[in-house]
Amino acid sequence: MSFGVPFFPQEASSEAGHVDALFYTLLAFAVVLGLSLTGLVVGYAVKYRVGSPADRTGRRSRTMALEIAWTTASLIIAFIFFGWGAVLFVRREHPPADALEITGLGKQWMWEFRHPGGQREINELHVPVGKAVVVSLAAQDVIHSFYVPAFRIKQDAVPGRTTHIWFIATEPGRYHLFCAQYCGTQHSEMGGWVTVMAPEQYTSWLNGQGEGDTLAASGEKLFRALGCSGCHGAGSKVRAPVLEGIFGRPVALANQQTVIADERYLRDSILNPNKEIAAGYEPVMPSFDGLIDEGELQMLLAYLKSLSPRPSAGTKT
Amino acid sequence: MTSAMMPSTYLAEGSSPGAWLLTTDHKRVAWLYLVSLTAFFFLGGAMAVLMRVELATPAGDLVADDIYNRLFSLHGIIMVWFFLVPSIPATLGNFLLPLMIGARDLAFPRLNLASWYVFIFGSLFALFSVVAGGVDTGWTFYTPLSTLYANGFVSTAALGVFIVGFSTIMTGINFIVTVHTLRAPGLTWFRLPIFVWTLYATSLVMVLATPVLAASLILIVLERVFGIGIFNPDLGGDPLLFQHLFWFYSHPAVYIMILPGMGVVSEVLPCFSRRPLFGYKAVALSSMAIAVFGFLVWGHHMFVSGQSAYGSVIFSFLSFCVAIPSAIKVFNWSLTLRKGEISFETSMLYALFFLGLFTFGGLAGLFLAALAVDVHLHDTYFVIAHFHYIMVGGMVTAYMAGLHFWWPKLTGRMYSETAGRIAATVTFVGFNLTFFPQYMLGFDGMPRRYHTYPPEFQFWHVLSSAGAVVLAIGYLMPLFYLGSSLFRGARAPDNPWNATGLEWQTSSPPPPHNFETIPVVTRPAYAYDMKGLEHERFSPHRPAPP
Amino acid sequence: MSGTESIVFDSPRREWRADTFAMWVFVGSEAMLFGAIFLVFLFAHIDFGPAFASASKHLSLPLGTFNTAVLITSSFTMALAHMFALHKRWRPAVWSLLATSSLGVCFLVVKGIEYGKEIDEGLAPLLGLPFRYAGPDPVHAEFFFSLYFTMTCLHALHLVGGILAIAGLLAFWPKARPGNRQRRVVAVGLYWHFVDIVWVFMFPVLYLINR
Repeated sequence: MSFGVPFFPQEASSEAGHVDALFYTLLAFAVVLGLSLTGLVVGYAVKYRVGSPADRTGRRSRTMALEIAWTTASLIIAFIFFGWGAVLFVRREHPPADALEITGLGKQWMWEFRHPGGQREINELHVPVGKAVVVSLAAQDVIHSFYVPAFRIKQDAVPGRTTHIWFIATEPGRYHLFCAQYCGTQHSEMGGWVTVMAPEQYTSWLNGQGEGDTLAASGEKLFRALGCSGCHGAGSKVRAPVLEGIFGRPVALANQQTVIADERYLRDSILNPNKEIAAGYEPVMPSFDGLIDEGELQMLLAYLKSLSPRPSAGTKT
Repeated sequence: MTSAMMPSTYLAEGSSPGAWLLTTDHKRVAWLYLVSLTAFFFLGGAMAVLMRVELATPAGDLVADDIYNRLFSLHGIIMVWFFLVPSIPATLGNFLLPLMIGARDLAFPRLNLASWYVFIFGSLFALFSVVAGGVDTGWTFYTPLSTLYANGFVSTAALGVFIVGFSTIMTGINFIVTVHTLRAPGLTWFRLPIFVWTLYATSLVMVLATPVLAASLILIVLERVFGIGIFNPDLGGDPLLFQHLFWFYSHPAVYIMILPGMGVVSEVLPCFSRRPLFGYKAVALSSMAIAVFGFLVWGHHMFVSGQSAYGSVIFSFLSFCVAIPSAIKVFNWSLTLRKGEISFETSMLYALFFLGLFTFGGLAGLFLAALAVDVHLHDTYFVIAHFHYIMVGGMVTAYMAGLHFWWPKLTGRMYSETAGRIAATVTFVGFNLTFFPQYMLGFDGMPRRYHTYPPEFQFWHVLSSAGAVVLAIGYLMPLFYLGSSLFRGARAPDNPWNATGLEWQTSSPPPPHNFETIPVVTRPAYAYDMKGLEHERFSPHRPAPP
Repeated sequence: MSGTESIVFDSPRREWRADTFAMWVFVGSEAMLFGAIFLVFLFAHIDFGPAFASASKHLSLPLGTFNTAVLITSSFTMALAHMFALHKRWRPAVWSLLATSSLGVCFLVVKGIEYGKEIDEGLAPLLGLPFRYAGPDPVHAEFFFSLYFTMTCLHALHLVGGILAIAGLLAFWPKARPGNRQRRVVAVGLYWHFVDIVWVFMFPVLYLINR
């Protein structure tokens, strides 16, 4: 066991530095304000203790100006910290377009990851250094939370929806991966390591994992096995929307609305097809809720995304 | 009334179990609460000590994971609903609210007693859950873990919390109506002691937020028992909906817990500084502002839950806004000391420690309100440290300050100041030793609710566990010296601290109906700088004004 | 302490004011309870509008309408009781109260018949009963019926509370002083009107959406 006492966590992602800059600014502010208030109170307590010879004349009676002054000052400082934190936070919503997409599935009590090439790992995640990585998260049973302290990122994986987290790892090494949302008996055992490797090492690691189907290819097999292609395939007798290139495009709905065919839409259309019916089609598709698990759903989504002409993560290996 | 012809006190009204258990005297109901809440405090505290001992080593060697999960779940459930929420309002508030506004009792004395019975009834459910096998959902009951996967006695615990909610609402209604209708002649709103203001604000939150908790707990029980699926994604429900409902109650509940503590400190600081409270109106109105804003910030518990990012931005903004009234209070309390004549009785020590701990807890709140930083700190020990600084360092410390401040009034006895000062200091040291390391743990990335942890975190965990033992000693000490004061303490004068406030104008302990004649108020609160009081300081047995 | 029930009040008027005020605060608290449940329904309705609309067609509109009329009438008789009590016309006041509570019981009986019908049709996703539903999107129709039973049962429980309150009022009626009779009628009346208003919101939300 190391005797080194941890004071500051490692910084190993592109965001970590930004978050820490705000953290340390807040820390400096908190320490200065907290200590000066403490100093003030202790100072007064000593100076004006009972029986001390301190001068007590000139007690002020008007407090209004002072109240307004410190209220305004607190507001301004609060808004600065708010804006700073919000700007950094909103970046979380916009992963770079060329990001490597890995799917993560949380279940009691392990993390299961699948790389675009179909490589599967449990409680371990290998990523290349210096490349944007998006982890799209799903949960099989209860809410879990993907947390890598060294990257300063965290995102809950919620049953019934897909969430995303992205990062660019900057330092090769092994970092803790935790589940941060309490998820039952072995919550504290749920987690492992994120291994950040040089790109060439990452490639050879991927190759060393054996050739399997890519995630999209597994999805395609599933697409046929479940009979989806029977209706959605070209030349089928049942009229169903063509799915080539659908991902990311607007879809007109029967109720005159238009939605973007994003992951949420595709997920809902598989599990709950009658919720948003594409304009001009009969609501005949059965629900696959309960027939496929979260992992299979992720494969199907990867396949559907790979049909889109845009360079999305699913088409590359 | 002079001490020679003192009428019988409320304590002399009969000592049979019936005289206590069927009383409608708010002062006796306060004692019923005080005894039951103390029992819960030590039950919850014992669980915390067990957890801290377990966490002294990285491996799970003292208790199994299921037991550990039950410990922290029950620690949270008991401390939040069976201690913190009722603590100051139901004990000190119950005792003092009528005294402070010059009333003979609360507006609905029988409702007040009924609320204690409801509390006890609800707590039996919770205790049943403890004995029968525990609850392993955490105090937050997050779905779908609590509805579909947890294997403890979740329904009975939720029912217990649900029932206790009724008692909270009853107390809230009683307080609101009392403040509106039973103020003594001359006691205008802006002459009310801040403690009354904060109780009023607290009651508003209790009455308006508790039903939402009730709704979410009903839905949980329906889902577990009857299999309906409002939070179950497989049945079209949404697990995040529960979090919205839960935090819509539980964030305002934080203010239910801290506001009365702020009120106590606002009484104690002026008294032992011999100064009026600095910025009385700002402090009074900021309590109301906290109560109102408190309803608008629930989403800051859900920044990484997958709720809309722009929703999160709005919640972050509002969370920074709700920090302002608290900051205003801290500045006002600090300046109250200026040019005073400060003495350091036990309750003043507690109040000063409150000021420090609340400040550092509140400042940590800024970190958590800042979105990008919260992403890192959410669900880590940083959050644990933050809310324990507010809830334990703030609220419990204020509770101790109030208990010591009004103990002579409650019991008619004085306790040992030396013992009190030692206990206050031990508590302060133990508290910081326990919880300051948890800020470090959180920043280093240690997630909360972990039974085992990577060895590099052990240094801080050991410090924290050592602190917990010191803290436990600090909290046990008052049991002994306050307990012994009941039998051996010197008789308390009516106004031992020369404080303003109507509660000090009646005898210690007060007569059954508080005042022989209802007093007439002619002064603002905290008139420590007014001429008349200089004279009063040396004549504690001052008759109530006609 | 002439004329007041408890020693804390110095005049009956103050005591009266306190009672009425307390009832308003309590109604505010109850409104938050129903508000939360309505909000849940609203969010679900936004997500699954079509499923909810078709599911709501399986509810019995005639029975629901009849019940709405019953409750509105009961509010009217409650208002009569209030008026008679204020004028100290005790006999008609008692009769109005009896009428009010009978209408409340009538509502519950009809609601019971409606529940029975729904359980027969297999529309009650409770207690492991089989859920048989012919329309589209049965998963979310089931969700609708879960909410329907939760909301209407919660309302029915409040109505039972109201009926018990009237029963209690009448039980203590002979011994009560005039002032106390009036105070209690006002307080119970306020609660009764609130429970009615909740139904007046619930009826269109559950029975009439997209019909």
